[in-house]
Amino acid sequence: MSFDIAVMQFFNGISLFTILLLMAGGLAIVFGLMGVINMAHGELMALGAYMTYLTARAFELWAPSWMGVYIFFGIAVAFATTFVLGYLLERGFIRFFYKRPLDTLLATWGLSLILQQAYRSIFGPQEVSVPLASWLSGAWNVTDGIQLPLNRLFIVGLTFIVAVGVWMVLYRSAWGIRVRAVMQNRAMSGAVGIDTNRVDALTFALGSGLAGIAGSVFTMIGSTNPGTGQLYIIDSFIVVVFGGVASLLGTAFSSFAIAQSQTTLEYLMSGSMAKVTILVMVIVALYFRPSGLFTSRVRT
Amino acid sequence: MNDFAIASAVGLTESPPATSELAEGARPASTPVQAQRILQIDSLTVSFDGIKAVNDLSLAVDQDELRVIIGPNGAGKTTLLDMICGKTRPTSGSILFKGQDLRRLAEHQIVRAGVGRKFQTPSVYEDLSVIENFEISIPQGQGVFGSLLFRRTPSVRSRIEHVAEQVFLADALRRKAGQLSHGQKQWLEIGMLLIHDPQLLLLDEPVAGMSAREREATAELLDRIARGRSLIVIEHDMDFVRSIARRVTVLHQGRVLSEGSVAQVQSDPRVVDVYLGH
Amino acid sequence: MDAKRDFSEPLAYAALAVLLLLVLPQTLDDFRLNLMGKYLAFAFVAVGIVLTWGYGGILSLGQGIFFGAGGYMMAMFLKLEASAPELPDFMVWSSVETLPTWWVPFRSLGATVALILMVPTLFAWGFSYLVFRKRVGGVYFAIVTLALALTMTVLIIGQQGDTGGANGITDFRTMLGWDILSDEAKRTIYFAQVGLLLAAMLTASWIVRSRLGKLLIAIRDREDRVRFSGYDTAMIKAAVFAFAALLSAVGGAMYTLQAGLIAPGVVGVVSSVEMVIYAAVGGRLSVVGAVVGALLVGFLKSWLSESFPEAWLFFLGTLFILVVAVLPNGLAGIAGRFAHVWRPKEVPSATAAGRP
Repeated sequence: MSFDIAVMQFFNGISLFTILLLMAGGLAIVFGLMGVINMAHGELMALGAYMTYLTARAFELWAPSWMGVYIFFGIAVAFATTFVLGYLLERGFIRFFYKRPLDTLLATWGLSLILQQAYRSIFGPQEVSVPLASWLSGAWNVTDGIQLPLNRLFIVGLTFIVAVGVWMVLYRSAWGIRVRAVMQNRAMSGAVGIDTNRVDALTFALGSGLAGIAGSVFTMIGSTNPGTGQLYIIDSFIVVVFGGVASLLGTAFSSFAIAQSQTTLEYLMSGSMAKVTILVMVIVALYFRPSGLFTSRVRT
Repeated sequence: MNDFAIASAVGLTESPPATSELAEGARPASTPVQAQRILQIDSLTVSFDGIKAVNDLSLAVDQDELRVIIGPNGAGKTTLLDMICGKTRPTSGSILFKGQDLRRLAEHQIVRAGVGRKFQTPSVYEDLSVIENFEISIPQGQGVFGSLLFRRTPSVRSRIEHVAEQVFLADALRRKAGQLSHGQKQWLEIGMLLIHDPQLLLLDEPVAGMSAREREATAELLDRIARGRSLIVIEHDMDFVRSIARRVTVLHQGRVLSEGSVAQVQSDPRVVDVYLGH
Repeated sequence: MDAKRDFSEPLAYAALAVLLLLVLPQTLDDFRLNLMGKYLAFAFVAVGIVLTWGYGGILSLGQGIFFGAGGYMMAMFLKLEASAPELPDFMVWSSVETLPTWWVPFRSLGATVALILMVPTLFAWGFSYLVFRKRVGGVYFAIVTLALALTMTVLIIGQQGDTGGANGITDFRTMLGWDILSDEAKRTIYFAQVGLLLAAMLTASWIVRSRLGKLLIAIRDREDRVRFSGYDTAMIKAAVFAFAALLSAVGGAMYTLQAGLIAPGVVGVVSSVEMVIYAAVGGRLSVVGAVVGALLVGFLKSWLSESFPEAWLFFLGTLFILVVAVLPNGLAGIAGRFAHVWRPKEVPSATAAGRP
């Protein structure tokens, strides 16, 4: 393999890594920090994608000269919508299933079916796609042989910004401390005056908002249909579980490991066999370390 | 001869697991000194997330002894029992039961070797009736097909009734275990242990949450079952400890702080310091 | 085991037998009866789920794997017979020259049946025993089964030359010379299937009534206590999971016979999760209930998909939520409450059944 191809392969891996991280990040917050299994997470991503699509259409109709930057608004709209929906979902639905993870799994699966049908009824069963802004089309020719697609570079950059943002919210803000306090010791947090209900809702909303961003960003590399969410949900869960459920850092490592392995294997074998190999490797790895890559040993 | 003995003679019980190799440095059971020791713990250590819950702990319990373990919260008492019965794996050290290294065995194998454990909070099958709770604990037909074919024969029934009477539950056989009082659940759990006739019983706070009368009854119960068996009891209630204990071990921060009779331990300045000092 | 005489279950069995053996064949036309047969194939899976999930607390979201295994194996036999002496058509289209080695045993019905009964069962037993030994919790097990279902689907679809790919395997004609496409053959297959299903149900009920059934409940609620009573709980859970896999494989084989085709759709995640709902709707603690649940949901699926196609997913999604939130014991739970009116009945509580 020549150096050029190696670099581009590595970049493919990074690109996939950022995509997996965006998808799994929201899930890691919801599943990892809160212990809630939201099988409708994929549908929240799809919602982000559809919102971006609507934003693109709106710009086409009313502000065509601004089409170059609609994507930023699209992301913002996607985040806002899914954040709010996540908040409402947590307050009105999810919180009744706390402490019953298997029931949450099934109930949110039901929710995902409902949302899928809702998208089908509202947006139609066919695929929708959004135009790519001109400044994002094409590639960056680093050298003669190395070409890195601009849209994927944008995603990498955006993921970095989002990751830093999430880190700052969780580890550097006053609200972040509250979130971590509630996750570690709910009773004491309540006793010192933290509104645990509100923290739960906002945390779930944050996770959902991240899903929205992920979905919005996907519109840049693929089209959306009502079933899109379901395509990604299992992969996202596998990434989170493999990384170690209670660890955001684990999710990051897991995304990276899986992404690089997948792109490397795809170079060597067919796409489906690569995927199968990755899945089998993860299942085997989970056998040896059931709680994932990053765990802490605790007295049960 | 009890029913279990009859059953094992007829070949209905599971054969005990093969003895795992002895840990290095362990003395074989034939030596006169070791034959008396039913439990030998040496330099046991376990750490969780960097904190040593049990730190270089050594302990020996003789056959037919009733040992009480006391100590402030966090001293490592429950963790010690966890390691003996196989719930937690030690980081280092050895645990020899009748000369057999328990660290290599799975929980159910340790139980079949003759160790019974009662948990800190009553651990009974809430959805099943008392008689069913006992029935499941009978060490017959414990494999998949064995349990399919298991029948409640009259001898099984009489064994259950016998144990139920010992633990004051003869009248409550039909009730759902979840409906028993806290104290009764503790008794049920002790009964579930008795029914498979262990040689070493590990009881974690057997009288927690019991009324004074229940405590008296339990003291008498423990006295009865201690005959011909070895017991390790963790307790906080000093009156209760005094009523049953012959030898007491005090744990502190994962180590043995003091050992002796109740009077000796209570007058030991180190113990006084730990409990009353700071 | 219990001295109490409880007639509600035999009554339910009798009613179901009458329904399946008399009422349906008399009242339904051949097409609809065939549809019923397809739902009954899923009922096999539902019975297994009652044992593993309702009683054992093990949630598997990948029963489609075993269902699909049985279904594909039967399809392979039928396809080889139908296309003999040439290769199956999809192989020809994929330029496959000779029959792959792993297809060869399926030339014989005896070998096919033996493999259907043994392969999924042994795999399920081995895999789940290894996993349960590691004390992998309920949630992780569910997700790992999901991952396995996904893996199998990707594998099947990817290897078009070997498995028929996304189109599956179809165009069967005869089974050992007997024409399986005729209406009469379909009726016979239906009755054979009902017979097998009733046998499976009776076996499951026997297990539930035995000490093994009580053990499963104990393991579901307090597995560590069961271990400390001297049981190898991983072995017991694995055995029950293997039995459920066996049932699912038989169901899958029957499905192929009834439907005349097999496709990767039944193997996948969506299908596997639906199978859980069949059991949940009927009552995860009731063997008869699970079968009724499968029939009911299957029927509703055809009817809604025909008349109100948009409504089906809404309905199914709502059903998931309702069953989990409000009706943990499903329809059988409701029926049980009515029975309570004239006869007290002890139903093992389902409050603990949701625990991981």
